[in-house]
Amino acid sequence: MADTTVSLAVRSAPPAPAQAPPSGRRRGRVATWIRRGGPSTLVIALPMLLCFGLFSWFPIARAVVMSFQFTNLVTAPEFVGTENFTYVLSDPLLPVAVGNTLYFAVLALLFGYPIPLLAAVAMSEVRRARGLFAALAYLPVVVPPVVAVLLWKTFYSGSDTGVFNTVAGWFGAGPFPWLQHPDWAMPSLVLEATWAAAGGTVIIYLAALTSVPPELYDAAEVDGAGIWRKIWHVTLPQLRPVLFITLILQIIGTSQVFTEPYLFTGGGPANSTTTILLMIYNYAFGGRGDYGAATALSLMLAVVLAILSAIYFRATRRWSTT
Amino acid sequence: MSGPTAGRATGQTIDRGIVSDADLRRPGVRRGVRAVHAALLVALVVVGLGPILWLAKAAVTPTQDTLRAPIEVFPNGIDWANLAEAWTRFDIDLHFFNTLWLALGSWAVQLLVAVTGGYVLSVLRPAYARVLGALVLSTLFVPAVVLLVPLYLTVLDVPVANVSLINTFWAVWLPAGANAFNVLLVARFFDGLPREVFEAAKVDGAGPFRLGWSIVLPMSRPIIGVVSVFAFITAWKDFLWPLLVLRDPAVQPLSVRLPALQDYVELDVLLAALAISTVIPIAIFLVFQRLFLSGAGLSGAVKG
Repeated sequence: MADTTVSLAVRSAPPAPAQAPPSGRRRGRVATWIRRGGPSTLVIALPMLLCFGLFSWFPIARAVVMSFQFTNLVTAPEFVGTENFTYVLSDPLLPVAVGNTLYFAVLALLFGYPIPLLAAVAMSEVRRARGLFAALAYLPVVVPPVVAVLLWKTFYSGSDTGVFNTVAGWFGAGPFPWLQHPDWAMPSLVLEATWAAAGGTVIIYLAALTSVPPELYDAAEVDGAGIWRKIWHVTLPQLRPVLFITLILQIIGTSQVFTEPYLFTGGGPANSTTTILLMIYNYAFGGRGDYGAATALSLMLAVVLAILSAIYFRATRRWSTT
Repeated sequence: MSGPTAGRATGQTIDRGIVSDADLRRPGVRRGVRAVHAALLVALVVVGLGPILWLAKAAVTPTQDTLRAPIEVFPNGIDWANLAEAWTRFDIDLHFFNTLWLALGSWAVQLLVAVTGGYVLSVLRPAYARVLGALVLSTLFVPAVVLLVPLYLTVLDVPVANVSLINTFWAVWLPAGANAFNVLLVARFFDGLPREVFEAAKVDGAGPFRLGWSIVLPMSRPIIGVVSVFAFITAWKDFLWPLLVLRDPAVQPLSVRLPALQDYVELDVLLAALAISTVIPIAIFLVFQRLFLSGAGLSGAVKG
């Protein structure tokens, strides 16, 4: 199977014409191909062909095949038609997981969309030590996700001497059941995820803000615009493409959220943080070994995400050419 | 914070933003802008730096102090032994070096694939380059989640070779190479190099190897730097994939081992281990700050 994927790309290698020419000319062409370094080129392409062939193209093709098979590694895979899909679609946990994933995505947008924008707009007006501001904002992004989650798990301690509950106590509030209560768990997860990701969004906005043509501000001032009207009528419209791109990026990222629910709560309490990716993981690696159901669900998620990726790709292309 | 005179003086050299120099001359605006910046700085220090400083503090604080008075700074002195205990007794040294090897190997494989791949697609351009480029590009649209299970089964029994890579570093290193973003990034960089130089080298009789090694490679140092830094740090942070393919604790990186440790290690030692795991990524960030803050690697975020 991998053979066919790799050779599919390699087979077109020699510039042999499709309509079989006389064998003499063909030999001439092959000789030219060799003389021009064709074999060397093929050797140089080999790392890419092997890596992508074995670990990208082949598994992608295999995912499609597997979704129509029953695979558990014990018995031989057998074709079961669309059974995997109907099995996943009738799983009572699926609507819960889809709902939780959407809830996560919406909360992540509420927390993580306006704050980086405001921070970046304010930051772009810093005239000295702007690098310090940006570095402080970006710092959480470089913390390994597992470290961040385990650290925040300590912060979220439910006891009244937990880090966040101590701070809440200063204001006479709490203690709060950050991760222990079904209503609290998901917002707590999103808060940590936002902390870990917002810096990247700030950097994207900052780059876009510095590329706003200064003449636009000059022109707005000539028309008598104050600071707020400049932000509203010049800055934000200029940021629109970037705002759209970060929106798509964030949706793609949040719909594949795994580390947070897996490490914080394991999907609990009462399945309140079970996401689609956690379901996929549990199908395949949570003891059941139902690889067919897992791939069927990942394919369904992938179709949605691929559409979003395509939109993203078109948007970035348009954005980088204008 | 920048004083009014300093702001105006540097304002001449910096491209103007939303607030004009004329705006800044009005005392109300000036005070407002400075208040916003001061508030922003305080918020960034508390939110961005705060948790990391707390981790550094808690790493050398006895468990009881962290549990009873988490915000107080060293109520009963510093306990340096946490770090040593984590490092030696709970094998953090082993997992640290596992992480290092995983990151270095992933870096090497990614760099090899990205540079050779970009070179073929952009400079050598054989007849099949268009098809190949499209195949590489198309993988960008396939979210990582699709690969999870089939890639796991592939690593379990690699086609043709018929070996299992489970519990070997190759299970992480080789799939890391299949990174379309890197290949396309390098290819786009090569697209921007002057083609006349390549043509001249070809006329002088340089074959693909010679052209790549002596002409293109020396010109590609900037892009190699970008790919290297992000390849290394991504590998250091990776969790789900090593969790699946490295089941044996002896080969696990920090990210996979830490969650397992939390169940049987005291809190202060766990926090010390967390702090140790964070040192290298933060050091890399501080050294290559400009690379990170220019946003060079952010477009890679699309692969999740």
